[in-house]
Amino acid sequence: MLFFRRRSDLPLKDDATSRFLPWLVALMTFLSAVSLAGVFVLGGVIERWDRDVSGTLTVQVAPAPGNAVDSEVRTRERVEAAVRLLRSTPGVLSAHSIDKTRTLQLLEPWLGDTALLQDLPLPLLIDVTVDPSKRVDLDALSETLKASVPGATLDDHRVWLSRLVNLSRTVEMLALSVVLMIGGVTSATVIYATRTGLAVHQEVINVLHMIGAQDSYIARQFAERAFNLGLAGGLLGLALAAPALGMVGWAARRLEGGLLPDLSMPWTGWVMLLVLPWIAALLAMVTARFTVLRSLARMP
Amino acid sequence: MRQKGSNQAESVVTFEEVGLRYGRGPEILQDVNFALPAGSFHFLTGMSGAGKSSLLRLIYLAARPSSGRIRLFGQDISRLPRAEMPALRRRVGVVFQDFRLLDHLSALDNVALPLRVAGARESEVQKHVPELLSWVGLSEYLHAKPPTLSGGQQQRVAIARAVIARPDLLLADEPTGNVDDHIAMRLLYLFEELNRLGTTIVIATHNEALVSRFNHPRLHIERGRVERV
Ligand SMILES: Nc1ncnc2c1ncn2[C@@H]1O[C@H](COP(=O)(O)OP(=O)(O)O)[C@@H](O)[C@H]1O
Ligand SMILES: [Mg+2]
Repeated sequence: MLFFRRRSDLPLKDDATSRFLPWLVALMTFLSAVSLAGVFVLGGVIERWDRDVSGTLTVQVAPAPGNAVDSEVRTRERVEAAVRLLRSTPGVLSAHSIDKTRTLQLLEPWLGDTALLQDLPLPLLIDVTVDPSKRVDLDALSETLKASVPGATLDDHRVWLSRLVNLSRTVEMLALSVVLMIGGVTSATVIYATRTGLAVHQEVINVLHMIGAQDSYIARQFAERAFNLGLAGGLLGLALAAPALGMVGWAARRLEGGLLPDLSMPWTGWVMLLVLPWIAALLAMVTARFTVLRSLARMP
Repeated sequence: MRQKGSNQAESVVTFEEVGLRYGRGPEILQDVNFALPAGSFHFLTGMSGAGKSSLLRLIYLAARPSSGRIRLFGQDISRLPRAEMPALRRRVGVVFQDFRLLDHLSALDNVALPLRVAGARESEVQKHVPELLSWVGLSEYLHAKPPTLSGGQQQRVAIARAVIARPDLLLADEPTGNVDDHIAMRLLYLFEELNRLGTTIVIATHNEALVSRFNHPRLHIERGRVERV
């Protein structure tokens, strides 16, 4: 049984509320569903990017200026400073420099015989492993490196990706606050509708009081009505949102392999969407009950 | 029977120097003193506009006295917290002068209200309500809505609603105003029957002929004052 079917002493069925509240809740549920889907898809994308960002990364230390011998010593000092700094950064598991021979080996496929390069001032590389379970702020790390060790730079691509993750998180928070605001608006509407109902049925409520009804008895009738209207609206909203989201998903899958990251929604997201009508119904119910109890308590 | 543990078991209602005025209007009631012993049966008489309905309203907590003190079942009602009103009101059955039936509910559902409000089981409701409605001659109108009933029929629904929960105190405001004489007598016998079972009864009426047919004490209101006759 989805809806309350208990009889009601108040003629709430014929109220104007019965007509507009479900539509309003439907619209609100639709908007929440779209926002939440966005949150979940974005959440998935962020998680994947985050995994790319974490793990291993590379720090480059540009050769210090000066004559060859001087430069080599000073560059080495810089590398050591960078390694020390990296190792003292929370979340960094290990950092060690790659020596010149190894660097040259890495370059061999592109440059051929590296004997010629032996004397060239090459940048030195530091191999860094970060704890994937902790989120290391690469943006901040990059800044600190740049400031404390001249010539040291963190892998650009990772920093950019890390900024993207931060941006996405902001968008995620924004979408979540939109959902909260939608909840607030729905609540406010239920409060208004309930107050109107109380005024319209004042005479009946008065009689119920005279007969010995407790405020909670009257509140229950308003609350069950609000639950039913909220659930009807919520289911309608979900029925509208599901095909809309399905279509967006289908269009996104057709693009896949191209520019877009995988835009599928995790199963928790689908569960959340399915629960949404009940959340709307419960919100309406609790709000109505609270409103009635508060209004009646103020009566003489 | 049913003199639920009050320290003033003898008095169901006590008025002490009670005065009532509506807003800044004149005093409708002044310096009213009386006590209704448990199990008593009183008529409340007076001309139309004398203040009978107002006095009953004070007892069933729909109006507050502008002065004086009212005790109901031993409790000072001016100090009664809101949360305790329902419990007290359930011990009082009221037949309103204008009935105050709920038009969207059937006769059966109207009469069932006091039981449902008190959390009675539906099986009990379905057993007792039709029984009582047929006692007041409305067995064929169980599912009729009040607007389709005559004034007299509505009045009987209102009476059934007032007595269904076997109140300790019954207040009836002109309960025979809209019915034929023989039905009026039948209703008064119903009240007497209830009275025998222990219910304290107050019937407001301006029908002197009816009052004189019964041998019950009388509270008479005249010029704002209440006297025992
Ligand atoms: N709610 C009210 N506001 C102002 N005056 C009222 C109100 N109810 C009754 N009255 C006045 O109080 C007086 C007594 O009325 P009421 O108690 O209804 O008398 P009765 O029931 O004996 O006919 C009348 O003059 C009436 O106009
Ligand atoms: Mg009157």
